[in-house]
Amino acid sequence: MTAFDAASGQADPYRLGHVPVGSRPHHTLGHADRGLASKRVTTAYGFWIFLLSDMVMFSAFFATYAVLVGNTADGPSGRDLFDLSSVALETAFLLTSSFAVGLASIGARARSGTWFYGAMVATFVLGAAFLALELREFASMIARDAGPTRSAFLSAFFTLVGCHGLHITVGLLWLLTMMAQVFAKGYRADILRRMLCFSLFWHALDIVWVAIFTEVYLMGLVL
Amino acid sequence: MWGKLSWAAIPLDQPIPLVASGVVIAVVVSVLALVVLKGWFPYLWREWITSVDHKRIGIMYIVLAMVMLLRGFSDAIMMRSQQALAFQSEGYLPPEHYDQIFSAHGTLMIFFVAMPFVIGLMNFVVPLQLGVRDVAFPTLNSVGFWLTATGALLVNISLLVGEFARTGWLPFPPLSELTYSPGVGVDYYLWALEISGIGTLVAAINLVTTVLKLHAPGMTYMRMPMFCWTTLASNLLIVAAFPILTATLTMLVLDRYLGFHFFTNEAGGNMMMFVNLIWAWGHPEVYILVLPAFGVFSEVVSTFSGKPLFGYRSMVAATMVICILSFTVWLHHFFTMGAGADVNAIFGILSMIIAVPTGVKVFNWLFTMYGGRIVYATPMLWSIGFMVTFVIGGMTGVLLAVPPVDFVLHNSLFLVAHFHNVIIGGVLFGAFAGYTYWFPKAFGFRLHEGLGKASFWCWITGFYVAFMPLYVLGLMGMTRRMQHYDVAAWHPWLVIAAGGAAIILLGIGLQIAQLVVSIRRRHELRDETGDPWNGRSLEWATSSPPPVFNFAVLPRIEGEEAYWGMKERASKDVILGPEPSYRDIEMPRNSATGFVCAFFATIMGFSLIWHIWWLVGVAIVGAYATFVVFAWRDRDEYVILAESVARIDRANRRARRVMLGERELVS
Amino acid sequence: MRIACRLSPLALLVLTACEPAVLDPLGPVGGAEKSILIDSLAIMLAIVLPTIAATLAFAWWFRASNRRAAYLPDWAFSGRIELVVWSIPTLVVMLLGGVAWIGSHELDPPRPLASPAPTFEVQVVSLDWKWLFIYPSQGVASVNRLVIPAGAPIRFTLTSASVMNAFFIPQLGSMIYTMNGMQTQLYLQSDTPGTFRGLSSHFSGDGFADMHFDVRAVPAERFDSWVDAARDKGPTLDVETYTALARQSTNVAPYTFRATEPGLFQQIVMQKLPPGPGPEKGRPTPDVSPRTGT
Repeated sequence: MTAFDAASGQADPYRLGHVPVGSRPHHTLGHADRGLASKRVTTAYGFWIFLLSDMVMFSAFFATYAVLVGNTADGPSGRDLFDLSSVALETAFLLTSSFAVGLASIGARARSGTWFYGAMVATFVLGAAFLALELREFASMIARDAGPTRSAFLSAFFTLVGCHGLHITVGLLWLLTMMAQVFAKGYRADILRRMLCFSLFWHALDIVWVAIFTEVYLMGLVL
Repeated sequence: MWGKLSWAAIPLDQPIPLVASGVVIAVVVSVLALVVLKGWFPYLWREWITSVDHKRIGIMYIVLAMVMLLRGFSDAIMMRSQQALAFQSEGYLPPEHYDQIFSAHGTLMIFFVAMPFVIGLMNFVVPLQLGVRDVAFPTLNSVGFWLTATGALLVNISLLVGEFARTGWLPFPPLSELTYSPGVGVDYYLWALEISGIGTLVAAINLVTTVLKLHAPGMTYMRMPMFCWTTLASNLLIVAAFPILTATLTMLVLDRYLGFHFFTNEAGGNMMMFVNLIWAWGHPEVYILVLPAFGVFSEVVSTFSGKPLFGYRSMVAATMVICILSFTVWLHHFFTMGAGADVNAIFGILSMIIAVPTGVKVFNWLFTMYGGRIVYATPMLWSIGFMVTFVIGGMTGVLLAVPPVDFVLHNSLFLVAHFHNVIIGGVLFGAFAGYTYWFPKAFGFRLHEGLGKASFWCWITGFYVAFMPLYVLGLMGMTRRMQHYDVAAWHPWLVIAAGGAAIILLGIGLQIAQLVVSIRRRHELRDETGDPWNGRSLEWATSSPPPVFNFAVLPRIEGEEAYWGMKERASKDVILGPEPSYRDIEMPRNSATGFVCAFFATIMGFSLIWHIWWLVGVAIVGAYATFVVFAWRDRDEYVILAESVARIDRANRRARRVMLGERELVS
Repeated sequence: MRIACRLSPLALLVLTACEPAVLDPLGPVGGAEKSILIDSLAIMLAIVLPTIAATLAFAWWFRASNRRAAYLPDWAFSGRIELVVWSIPTLVVMLLGGVAWIGSHELDPPRPLASPAPTFEVQVVSLDWKWLFIYPSQGVASVNRLVIPAGAPIRFTLTSASVMNAFFIPQLGSMIYTMNGMQTQLYLQSDTPGTFRGLSSHFSGDGFADMHFDVRAVPAERFDSWVDAARDKGPTLDVETYTALARQSTNVAPYTFRATEPGLFQQIVMQKLPPGPGPEKGRPTPDVSPRTGT
């Protein structure tokens, strides 16, 4: 025990190798030494964790789909139902909308109304077009007696793809609310934080869609 | 207009639920009447219902847990007495009622007792231990609590309106499908858990962000108290596991409401998928509950032994290993499915491996006591009771993880005894230890020690008398959930078990008495110092109860056991540090968002259960509007002026100075 | 278990309460499982008992009032102890893991039993709330009573007509789930003739408590005479009688079918026959709280 340890009663009891304060520069303690993170960091961090949990939920639906994809109960399979050209168009809309939401974020940070509103409207239009195509696909499947109650495969399909569609719907609602907020309140710090969360959300939905496109549509047509 | 809801939903022909709900309604109405007549409502609204203070929310979680414990325990008493009576007879509970009782017992105890209790403790303690002023998202915290309360409310409404699930606490399809459970019971279960599950997820996101991003300066990860580590692990598990529960229950909802075929017998549904998914959530859930309890024991054992926690690094490692391994063992809940020898063996061995870090923890508590000066306050009694009991429960758990043993003991009362052994002996004892340990911090006075100890002895005796016979019954081949039976050999053991439940009832009675007596004698039990147990972590550095901002200035952490170090230095110099320079503090404003949101969630859940579709729409619009209103407000913080901060903190410093002087006299 | 009963003072008090079941196996499967149970328990007790003793001893010796006990206020780490506390549970788990690995393979339910006697086939269907046993080679069937020849391995093939159940004869060993649309397999054997209890050990609804059955293990020649007697009386098991049987009922007294429609079991497994209809009251528009239809 050093004289200091004996005096302070803090003898590094866990043997973490921390030399007592004063004999070593502070920065070796790492980032936590800085104390509280900023609000922007905290908010984005929390939202990331939410997105991770959302991904876990999607992965449960993905796993279910993978288990049930063969259980068609003598009904149609993906090969009979999927129309790749329509899905490709959906994908294009969604990926472009992600680009647009990126522009909107930049516009908001630059406090440029033209860029912000313009890009947000573009995002909305593209997202709504995606949703319309998806609903058209659903409607045509249901019309061909291939609705979700037809077989376990179709239940899993409608739930997985529909869950993503529901997220898009919520996202569109959020987008409109966001625009209204900026319109009413301006580019306030808390609103910019929300905008950051929204763009994270929208990008995450893109990633989920890429996974759906691959696992459901491409593999459904190939396998 | 009102969907399936009609007067037939009230079980007028069944006296037991009718009387029970009559009593509950009478209690609720009289409490409400008291609140209104005494004019307490504005206070409650301002200081509690709309509060976003993590301490208040933590306390409300614990109050919810304790009230639900009474409900869940009355179910337990009914089950034990039914089985004690039902030898070659129907007992007093017909199957359709008995089945609801054991389903409600499990659901309530896990989701609305154990979960809110540990989340409440984490909410209350963690920001204090980290030396910060609040959690990362205070309003969201309130939303999380109120959604949990919504779930609890829905389960309890089912007592009077309709029925609860008759499928067990995990509604395995196809029994829980519309074909075999056409009533609203399963729907109550599903919506209560969907809604409270969102609440739990919100609470977890909040706590993970808090632990990882908000610290007082110098509070590095390896300086955090053990309870913060277990909080982190437990909430990471919630973030990773609860979405699986939400997804699984959603699939069952779709099966029941829209005729999907996830788990049905028809059209290619696969019920084993439900079993897999629900346990992929369910096994981590066990560790979600028990890890915070481990954290409590770590704090308590170290404090009352007067020593730092032994093997801190090992404890951190063990916690994180458990956190990861808990996702790799779910299949041990259904070895008897016939999955094949390799699969069974691998999952059996993985399950056993969890016993390694858990064993390490037990040994480390043991060596924390070694060389200590153990003070037998009530929290320490709970901890020692836990160590002995939990080791037995762990042992029977590992026994059940051996697949050939599970082949003869699966679903038997041996299993029931095992999980009560770890949940009562682990989670509940931990919750009670934490409750007694942190009570003076929350309210400024201690709980009565004598009654606390008496309650502990009743609980532990009652536990052994109630559950050891169930181990024997399991070995006799008695399976769980039997409404009646005709094997004479089982009968005496079930009578003994009912006696054990009665002893536990006495323990609960003593706990209530303890609370009442302590409130009445609060002046003599007052904790003036803020540090009644000679604590080691930062929550004891502030006054009891802490001011709304927790710390007048954020403490600067200079080592492990932050507060112990400060105390040692201060007592060496026999003076406190110099008075800090106080600044204005910004604190989050109260918000009714959580409460209003939960109000709409309750309406939505209830109308979904009863198929009142228009009301569902109204509730969704209402909830959305609530969030928009919340998002629209211009100021979400208010300022506490430096003068007020100084005034409050000087009182705390006066008390500390007195304590320091006393300590000096002793030494 | 009998010895244990005599030894255990608690059990002496309630000697009548000593039904053997899992600890008094009558066949090779149950016997092996019992010895694994006891071996694993012994391995763990070797570390659990000292741990409990040490907990109580430390708690007693280091009480604050004991001034003879050493006080080590800063002692919080010892590399050697850390090594020991990590390695003891690890070694125990390695040992138990070996037991589990070997046991899982040797006692895997679908693994045939080594025996000179020919294997005997029984098909098992769990219904709401009774058990149907089909003897495909004999062409007979029985409800709620399982008659098997003693000393021969029995190959059970199991499924469910409606919800999930578990087929369990405690004195013979392993249980296994029965699931609609799926088929599980289990080998069991009774070494001696006798009558014992079988039951469902997975909750299956309101009639669950009555879902138990007699198991009669009889010498081979008495089995043949039971089959002959069964062929003389009772209805025939075909789609019609099966459909009637699949309706919910409890407390069905055991009876036999004189003949069975071939392939009926496969039709149930392949879901060619509709699953059990569930509660009759309150359908098709579900009631609020349907009572059990009996």
